[in-house]
Amino acid sequence: MVTSSYEKLRYRTPSALASSTSLTRRRRAEEQIVKAVLFVFALVSVLTTLGIIFVLFQETALFFRRVSFAQFFLDTRWTPLFVSKRFGIWPLVNGTVLVAAGAMIVALPLGLLAAIFMSEVASERVRRVLKPFLEILAGIPTVVYGYFALTFITPLLRSIFPQTQVFNAASAAIAMGFMILPTVASLSEDALYAVPRSLREAAYALGATRWEVATQVVVPAAFSGIAAAFILAASRAIGETMIVAIAAGQQPKLTLNPLESIETMTAYIVQVSLGDTPHGTLEYQTIFAVGMMLFLMTLGMNIASYLLTRRFREVYE
Amino acid sequence: MDQTALEIRNLRVYYGDFLAIKDVNLSIPKNQITAIIGPSGVGKSTLLRALNRMNELVPGCRTEGEVIFDGVNIYDPRVDPVEVRRRIGMVFQKPNPFPKSIYENVAWGLRINGFRGTRAQMDEAVERALRAAALWDEVKDKLHQSGLSLSGGQQQRLCIARVVALQPEVILLDEPASALDPIATLKIEELMRELKRDYTLVIVTHNMQQAARVSDYTAMMMLTGEEERSGTVIEFGPTKTIFTNPRDKRTEDYVTGRFG
Repeated sequence: MVTSSYEKLRYRTPSALASSTSLTRRRRAEEQIVKAVLFVFALVSVLTTLGIIFVLFQETALFFRRVSFAQFFLDTRWTPLFVSKRFGIWPLVNGTVLVAAGAMIVALPLGLLAAIFMSEVASERVRRVLKPFLEILAGIPTVVYGYFALTFITPLLRSIFPQTQVFNAASAAIAMGFMILPTVASLSEDALYAVPRSLREAAYALGATRWEVATQVVVPAAFSGIAAAFILAASRAIGETMIVAIAAGQQPKLTLNPLESIETMTAYIVQVSLGDTPHGTLEYQTIFAVGMMLFLMTLGMNIASYLLTRRFREVYE
Repeated sequence: MDQTALEIRNLRVYYGDFLAIKDVNLSIPKNQITAIIGPSGVGKSTLLRALNRMNELVPGCRTEGEVIFDGVNIYDPRVDPVEVRRRIGMVFQKPNPFPKSIYENVAWGLRINGFRGTRAQMDEAVERALRAAALWDEVKDKLHQSGLSLSGGQQQRLCIARVVALQPEVILLDEPASALDPIATLKIEELMRELKRDYTLVIVTHNMQQAARVSDYTAMMMLTGEEERSGTVIEFGPTKTIFTNPRDKRTEDYVTGRFG
């Protein structure tokens, strides 16, 4: 056996390697086909994205041919479906930001505390039980959250603050906060978990308590990852549709009062698409302009998250 | 014999059901450097980490026996491990400065341990610690740069400064120079000789020459017991004796490089 393999090696001269036998030729062809197929699949996702952006741009351009930038960015009212049409985007942006900010106020502290608990405090057994529950929370359809907001959170809010409107920003924000909680908790926990053990030991060896180690050493060391998790969650909150469409109302207005009825950009798009607005009309084009605005906001946040991760990433050996 | 800093009595450490080190009895002399030597996997680090209750951060780790420090068994249920670690500091194998500034790396330990001084007093404490760790001259102009920007040897001295700042009684060093080049190693060794005036040092090392160069006393560990799975201290004495005239044949074989 030894000699035969030795023979093989001996007779594999460079010229023998260069002349491709039928076997190696078939292998090479297979390789090419696999490469091509994988490339096509990769291309599909890129093309889809480009296609969406293209349509968005095209319809937005048509919209801005009929409505000026000044009308869009300087007006304070959004009433494109009424007879007296006004196209100020800010009431919708206001609604979106109000709900998303409220959701973050709920999700950030809870999510971060949950992450700290799972990564720094809980035993392996507790973590094994807890994590699936969090993941279930992430798997609940958003429509369920929407009705949870409308039929549970809103009555609760109204019993505490009687002036609360039936459809209101706060209720949607709280439900949305619970919806994005698993994202914040899970991504933050990954970031905390990635902090080297040696850093924790160094802190413990200086006589730090568990809480000091978690909040003053591990969390700062994982800052970039946590910040990225927050931004990703915020960008999900901005794009979230179902909860706000169900629970937040359809009244675009400039307000900071979360107990009032508002309308978010996504809810407006739903409102128009559910109605019988004819294709090609100005009303129809408004949803693309709003969609464009939404796209730019989430894109901006994703870029910010990317830059933040790069900028603040601590380098360990 | 010098005064005793740590008195180890019948110490056993388990990882789950596995008995890692057994029946260690040792008196660590005060203001001396004690080296723990022995082959890999014998439990040198485990023994060292038992001296300031770091082992209990490892899930499933259990310790029996006593370590008497300042008249108290540190494993007594009434003793707070946080307090033990403040008074018995530790330097690790790989430099592990916090991702904070050089200044903060030193100041943080003081702050969490209830430092209630002015800004100027803190500056002074940080400077004193950095001087004690022979690092001050190299970093005094960049105290607010990240501790991670320093070289490996400087990082390790920063970690020593961080421990010294708390003015512990004992400093445990777990192969503090194994990740460093020879020149940085030499600096750490010089520093250790300086530090023993004020502190009791216990060092784990793989490096026989290092043990011979810096330590006053040496504890030799070997695997013993059935199937030779549990480590224990087989010989302890002045370093000179251990290296030139050991009682145990296994120690002689080890220090002369015949195995291990």
